[in-house]
Amino acid sequence: MDQNRRSFLKKAGRTALGVGCGFPLLGSGCSALKQGSTDAAASPIQWAMVIDVRKCLKKEVRDACTEACHRAHNVPKIPDPEEEVKWIWTEQYEHVFADQAHEHTEAVMKGAPVLVLCNHCTKPSCVRVCPTRATWKRKSDGVVMMDMHRCIGCRYCIAACPYGARSFNWRDPRAHIARDENNQLPSDYPTRSKGVVEKCNFCADRIRLAAKPVPACVEAANSVPGGQGALTFGDLRDPDSEVCRILNEKHTICRRLSLGTGPNVFYIV
Amino acid sequence: MLENAFRGGRRYWILLGVWVLLILLGLVFYGQQLTQGLTITGMSRDVTWGLYIAQFTFLVGVAASAVMVVLPYYLHNYKAFGKMVILGEFLAVSAVVMCGLFIFVDMGQPMRVANVLLYPTLNSMMFWDMVALSGYLVLNFVIGMVTFDAERKGAPAPTWVKPLVYLSIPWAVSIHTVTAFLYSGLEARPFWMTAILAPRFLASAFASGPALLVLLALILRKYTRFDPGKEAIQKLATIVTYAMAINLFFVLVELFTALYSNMPHHVHPFEYLFVGLHGHAALAPWMWVCELLTVGCVVLLLVPNVRRQEKYLAMLCALVIVAIWIEKGMAMVVTGFVPSPLGKVTEYAPTPPEIAITVGVYAVGFLVLTMLYKMVLSVRERLEVT
Repeated sequence: MDQNRRSFLKKAGRTALGVGCGFPLLGSGCSALKQGSTDAAASPIQWAMVIDVRKCLKKEVRDACTEACHRAHNVPKIPDPEEEVKWIWTEQYEHVFADQAHEHTEAVMKGAPVLVLCNHCTKPSCVRVCPTRATWKRKSDGVVMMDMHRCIGCRYCIAACPYGARSFNWRDPRAHIARDENNQLPSDYPTRSKGVVEKCNFCADRIRLAAKPVPACVEAANSVPGGQGALTFGDLRDPDSEVCRILNEKHTICRRLSLGTGPNVFYIV
Repeated sequence: MLENAFRGGRRYWILLGVWVLLILLGLVFYGQQLTQGLTITGMSRDVTWGLYIAQFTFLVGVAASAVMVVLPYYLHNYKAFGKMVILGEFLAVSAVVMCGLFIFVDMGQPMRVANVLLYPTLNSMMFWDMVALSGYLVLNFVIGMVTFDAERKGAPAPTWVKPLVYLSIPWAVSIHTVTAFLYSGLEARPFWMTAILAPRFLASAFASGPALLVLLALILRKYTRFDPGKEAIQKLATIVTYAMAINLFFVLVELFTALYSNMPHHVHPFEYLFVGLHGHAALAPWMWVCELLTVGCVVLLLVPNVRRQEKYLAMLCALVIVAIWIEKGMAMVVTGFVPSPLGKVTEYAPTPPEIAITVGVYAVGFLVLTMLYKMVLSVRERLEVT
């Protein structure tokens, strides 16, 4: 009874808001309501990652991840650090977890290198602000996707992302992708044009059809001696998945939890 | 009526020629930007918006300020603004044209601009800003043209234009509010995420816009037979004074909240602005000039004997524009990106091509403004003769 009353009120409220959608505030309130109540709950799968920071202290492990990812997606190597394109890379502990780091942080974590990537948030700010829906949260598995053919390059999503996970192609990236001796690109993944935004896609194409989905970075970490289990990938909705098992057993943290974006990349520190 | 803009003396054509030359120069560099990408600008991975978006923000304010002549004239029947109203409306038209162009030149894929209309996205403030700005452009152009055509014929304006005039008043407030919402709704950028942003935008707009209008009116009076009347100028001066005082108050309110609460995320951007952060202080000298000008202008404008002397008033209006341009056209946008979400401080400085493109866009605005004002002046001169 109570439940019915609540859902009726919710529906009535939404309809009322829908009628008044001509006004910006109501418009965004209306879609925020929709986003909050349906999208997150509806996805049957929510891919997530657990990163064991200590297992990633070895440079070879982190390098293998970045290298594998950037090869798999034809990410350019641009010499100018101000114009770099990055999907998964290393930042200092204090910068990744600015809210948690303090003067008395344990010695091993001080200045420690931490892998960062797109958090594939449950309520992604980038999706909320994009004026063309060129970035969206995939209903089937919760991956935050990017359509490089629709993106107008306004960079609003970069301003909105609290994790600095997005890169803009300030110049034509194709000239900066290392080719092999036969002039072949590292992978078949479509290269991008200048003027569009890109980011990690959790290997969306690769995991979609695979029986046991493993992104390139996770596979690469596992293949490095000492890197086994540094990165774990799995479905948050499946209680028997590897990520759920780890999350149940170990203490994990997320980046900037207080902002309410609901990151789906977890860290063991 | 528009044909008047294509007839004129030598001085008029020279002025148009200057604008066209600057536009061509901007186009050359825009061609370079199209082929090489936004790499030719000073923007970077961390500071992803720069001079273009900052000019857009500043000019939305100039556009919104037309309401400061429209409202007294139409709602309070304040006759002294009779000659000024059309100048305000056409200034708004040219400012909105520049706003649109600044967004356009900032886009990485300008050929895809239609995507904003093809995939309208109600949860994006950018979509609503586009709706607000294009609506405001149409409103001001239609109202300006129709009322002025009526003035030319010596007939009262058609009744259907009145509701449009009333609509344009809240609409003016909406364009700058929605523009502030572009920024203030982002949890990633604590410097922008403040409820005072929209009110601050409006206060500074209602200072800089009317100040520009005073300057334009004084210039027109000097070089043409146009005279807006002393009373109109003085009324605008009063508006500039109060708006600037309110703007200063808002700045102080914002500073108090950030500095007294002492939360690092909120303090860092202000540190960067006024004293520098991690050894980076590119904006600090500009900001101190801006705040000194703001305080100085408020104090001097408040003195009636200073405000009433038009030579001082003209200078103070120019300084008001400079102060607000530094605040909105330089500091406000860039500082939102400092420090970056990963704690880095990256300085930004526009490159020469970026500046040339910016000047080119301004030249388009001034070309539109010159031609519209020329039309007004020619028609009025003929009316006075007959």
